[in-house]
Amino acid sequence: MKIHEFQAKQIFRKYQIPTPTGGLALDSEKARQIASEIGQFPVIVKAQIHAGGRGKGGGVLLAHSLDEVSQHAKSIIGMNLVTHQTGPEGKVVKQVLVEQGVNIEKELYLSLIPDRETSCILVIASEAGGMDIEEVAATTPEKIIKVYINPLSGIQPFHCRKVSFGLNLFPAVMKEFSQMLTRLYQLFIENDCSLVEINPLVITKENRVLALDAKMDFDDNAMFRHKDLLEFRDLDEEDPLDVEASKYNLNYINLDGTVGNMVNGAGLAMAVMDTIKLAGAEPANFLDVGGGATAEMVENGFKIILSDHKVKAILINIFGGILRCDVFANGVVEAARKTKINVPLVVRMEGTNVEEGRRILKESGLALFTADDLKSAGEIVSKIVVSQ
Amino acid sequence: MSIFVNSDTRLLVQGITGKEGQYHTRQCVAYGTDVVAGVTPGKGGFDMDGIPVFNGVQEAAKHTHANCSMIFVPPPFAADAIMESIDAGIELIIAITEGIPVLDMMKVKQIITGSGSRLIGPNCPGIITPGQAKIGIMPAQIHKPGGPIGVVSRSGTLTYEVVFQLTGQGIGQTTCIGIGGDPINGTNFIDCLEAFENDPETKGIVMVGEIGGNAEEDAAEFIKSNVTKPVVGFIAGLTAPPGRRMGHAGAITSGSSGTARAKIEALKKAGVHVCENLGYIGGICAEIFQS
Repeated sequence: MKIHEFQAKQIFRKYQIPTPTGGLALDSEKARQIASEIGQFPVIVKAQIHAGGRGKGGGVLLAHSLDEVSQHAKSIIGMNLVTHQTGPEGKVVKQVLVEQGVNIEKELYLSLIPDRETSCILVIASEAGGMDIEEVAATTPEKIIKVYINPLSGIQPFHCRKVSFGLNLFPAVMKEFSQMLTRLYQLFIENDCSLVEINPLVITKENRVLALDAKMDFDDNAMFRHKDLLEFRDLDEEDPLDVEASKYNLNYINLDGTVGNMVNGAGLAMAVMDTIKLAGAEPANFLDVGGGATAEMVENGFKIILSDHKVKAILINIFGGILRCDVFANGVVEAARKTKINVPLVVRMEGTNVEEGRRILKESGLALFTADDLKSAGEIVSKIVVSQ
Repeated sequence: MSIFVNSDTRLLVQGITGKEGQYHTRQCVAYGTDVVAGVTPGKGGFDMDGIPVFNGVQEAAKHTHANCSMIFVPPPFAADAIMESIDAGIELIIAITEGIPVLDMMKVKQIITGSGSRLIGPNCPGIITPGQAKIGIMPAQIHKPGGPIGVVSRSGTLTYEVVFQLTGQGIGQTTCIGIGGDPINGTNFIDCLEAFENDPETKGIVMVGEIGGNAEEDAAEFIKSNVTKPVVGFIAGLTAPPGRRMGHAGAITSGSSGTARAKIEALKKAGVHVCENLGYIGGICAEIFQS
């Protein structure tokens, strides 16, 4: 689960990680009020959307007067911000963060992620702050510092020294930096983060360490122990069909193609998407109904797929293991009765109780194409959409 | 022969009295797996279909000489259950549970390293040596005993599809292992490839991967210099959009790393016969393994 910059900074402040003075505004009047409370210029007006690259897209502007703050807030709030992470359709900005400008001496990059290879928390730091870190890593890998922290030991002073010396910090800021890094590590562990990124983390001319930006992502699997964080979820930042699916516990991702598909199991779902593509069509979604899917989940899956108006045909591929084919077939029949399936339906089933499942589908009188194997299922559905 | 499990495996089930635990324990027993004990804290002294239930793993192992544990404990308590089995010296631990937090698994991984226990999973279908022992949730009837092919996979139902096509071609399996779809897991591709390479009855290997991480690239490196048996590979996720988690916590690409294309290229370079269209994998296996 991702959250906004201003929300991440709220959590930062709880851990006494320094951030610039500022506040959130939903309109230009409030933005102006915050700026006058800050009491000095320049002031930064920053669009709050989940995607990165906001500055380049015109979503981060510098203001030198209260009038300019109002102007910038007006132009950013309501704008459709397009960045390399939003996709070409962009994202409508609903709110801005208004913050005090700072005297920057040095811009750094700092992030923490769980490293799957070593089972350690990986600290990535660089003197090349404020830039696209993937590009820095590709062009000048020597500018990237990596320090691995074993979760059993937690962060120790030597970890902090490794990072601070690696960043060539002045002795005067090392202590404050180490304190900040230690707190950041605690924040990471205590909130089950899957990413904490500060880009840039700045050293001010007054030798203070300040998180100018803040990005946080959480481990969805750990949300059961962080009910308090759920209030940070912004459904407007997610695809509406994805949100609808998550209500039904379905694993759904909306894509650009025309072949809707429903599969049990994530790996098999991906492989079925690939099969559709290799047969000459494009998948309209990823939908994993899970190993333990019920007739009700199947029905909800249909609803989601059919509410996507791009869909011209549906392919269902079920490998019955835990989910028995007869249970699934009943779900399909039930769903077809309740929701109007107005596009061709191709079904391929295999596994536990497959004979019974096939009989149920056959006797239901539903107009559907049945495929004997995955190969022909892909070919049939592709033929249908290509001929349309 | 087989790898990791056979008819001598003595299984205990953690979470045996839960709905999933009960159902799948019965399926395993029906297949012929020697289930000797169950563990559910607070239910010690009871039994499930005549299988004695204990409060803890150590106690269960002491009384029944169980050497393998299958875990159906819910995600908030699953890491603890795995660590309890490590602590009790269980040789093989198979964690079926899906949805364990990453930080919990990182700790488990640090603790299991050098402990003498082997973990398969989590978030996996388990392991089956057809005709001998089924430890997991896979549908038994699709398998064909007697070998000669070993199957290792990151996915559940995707593995069933592969095994189904193998059996359909008349090709049996020595052992089929699901290593799980999480970013941090116990046994990896390399462990399984090495075991299959050393198993005299396994004559060929099918490896099924998916997007995310670089386990397949590492496996490719290993195959190049250590595996003499023919390997057929499949990678799911050619059409997966970047940056989106595709169901499995581990199945996500970032930048150019973890993509299906990169994995396929790495496997091809290592001499693996890569099948790009899942519908054809049975036929390709027949061609490669029977020649």
